Amino acid sequence: MSARGGTTRRTEIGLSILLFIVFVGGWEAAVRVFAVPAIVVPAPSAVMRALVAGLASGELVSHFWVTFAEVILGFVAGAGGGFAIGVMVGLFPLLERTVYPYVVAFQTLPKVAIAPIIVIWFGYGMTSKVVITATIAFFPVLANTIVGLRAVPREQVELMVAFTASRWQVFMMARLPQALPYVFVGLDIAIVLSVIGAIVGEFVGAQAGLGYLILQRNFHMDMAGVFAILIILSLMGIGLHLLVNAIQRRVVFWIDSAHDKVMGA
Amino acid sequence: MSLGTAATLIAARVIDKTYATQAGDDVVALARVSFDVARGEFVTVVGPSGCGKSTLLKILAGILRRSSGELTLGGRPVDGPSRDIGVVFQAPVLLPWRTVMQNVLLPIDIQRQPRRAHEERARALVRMVGLDGFENKYPGELSGGMQQRVGIARALVHDPSLLLMDEPFGALDAMTRESMNLELLRIWGESRKTVMLVTHSIPEAVFLADRVIVMSPRPGRISEIIDVDLPRPRSLEMINSAPFGVHVAAIRRHFQSLGALDA
Repeated sequence: MSARGGTTRRTEIGLSILLFIVFVGGWEAAVRVFAVPAIVVPAPSAVMRALVAGLASGELVSHFWVTFAEVILGFVAGAGGGFAIGVMVGLFPLLERTVYPYVVAFQTLPKVAIAPIIVIWFGYGMTSKVVITATIAFFPVLANTIVGLRAVPREQVELMVAFTASRWQVFMMARLPQALPYVFVGLDIAIVLSVIGAIVGEFVGAQAGLGYLILQRNFHMDMAGVFAILIILSLMGIGLHLLVNAIQRRVVFWIDSAHDKVMGA
Repeated sequence: MSLGTAATLIAARVIDKTYATQAGDDVVALARVSFDVARGEFVTVVGPSGCGKSTLLKILAGILRRSSGELTLGGRPVDGPSRDIGVVFQAPVLLPWRTVMQNVLLPIDIQRQPRRAHEERARALVRMVGLDGFENKYPGELSGGMQQRVGIARALVHDPSLLLMDEPFGALDAMTRESMNLELLRIWGESRKTVMLVTHSIPEAVFLADRVIVMSPRPGRISEIIDVDLPRPRSLEMINSAPFGVHVAAIRRHFQSLGALDA
């Protein structure tokens, strides 16, 4: 099993890399052969040069840290708030009927549409970006926490009550741990959305950050420079997603998705 | 108030249970259920689905309120869950993030007692249910039958005098089920608990029990209580013996006359 699995995995990685090489090579060739202007589509080699230059000069690095900090702070605030309110709703069902409808109503507002208001309220600095990111990261964690807290089988609760467990004990010993896999699904969605949130915030009004830099370079028709930033952004998103997954495997260790995989499916 | 004698552990007197449905009319789940269970006795409850046997067990466990009637456990009226009861349901409902040992110790955690004082007993119970060496495994690594054994050890860890089991082997295959039945009898013999076990399998009910409470549906009521005079310890060969067959046939005839079985 492991030997075969290892071979399959290696083949997959090989194919994946090959696909990348073919794609990038084709792109480079197409740009050269058809002499596509650099302000329309830059060649991969030009993007790489812009990336290296940006990293060497430190420009990309300093803007990266600004955006990264906005993403992390907004994520922590939004996800933390979503989890906390989700737990409150789970503990007090009354809240679900009274408060939750308003939360859903707020969620239906496109955050992009309220971003300008938030920038006016919180200024052009990092705070407004953190707030926008938090409002976006908030809901997926909230909704998944609420669903997760309901996921405990009725028999589990009955059994614990029969063993004289209090409501609080049922919550702490069964419902909360049972909710964690769902919470992590929310966190995974939230971390990726957080990157979007920070960039959207920077688009609306900022003095630093990768989103701000994209607008600037776009204005100067520096397409290779913009593509270089896109690479950094996607690496940031992938890295954070992998980080959340790594933490998830540690925390909800009892869910082994590979173990449950259906043969042939 | 004292029902029964000193040897009586459970005394139930004319217990009724009525559910209010959303349509507004009442459904009678149990009607005038009365019986005694002596300390150390193994009593099974058998009946077709919908006869209220699970409802009865939940009322005994104190997790469901009876509508009327008197119910005492060890002379004290039942008005909620008791620390003196261990329960096993059809699904093992183990906590997947707890090891076998930690699952067995769940009632100890719930009762806020120190784990350390009960670890020895928990270990012995894990051995008794045949899971020696699996103490630190997680439920996901165990088969259904093994998980159910963990559930049985868990129900015994706080040394309750009464073990309530609701179709504990209903989800297992026939062969595992037979060996679990033997195992349960052995555990019962060793621990001298009082056991009340609900099942819809007539042979299982007869094989395990000192007495079989036969229930009939709509409304759920006791239609007969049968003494099973088969010798103990019991073995699987007894299933083929004439006296065993007589008991099984009697109960089956009973259900047929009620139209509760199609067989």
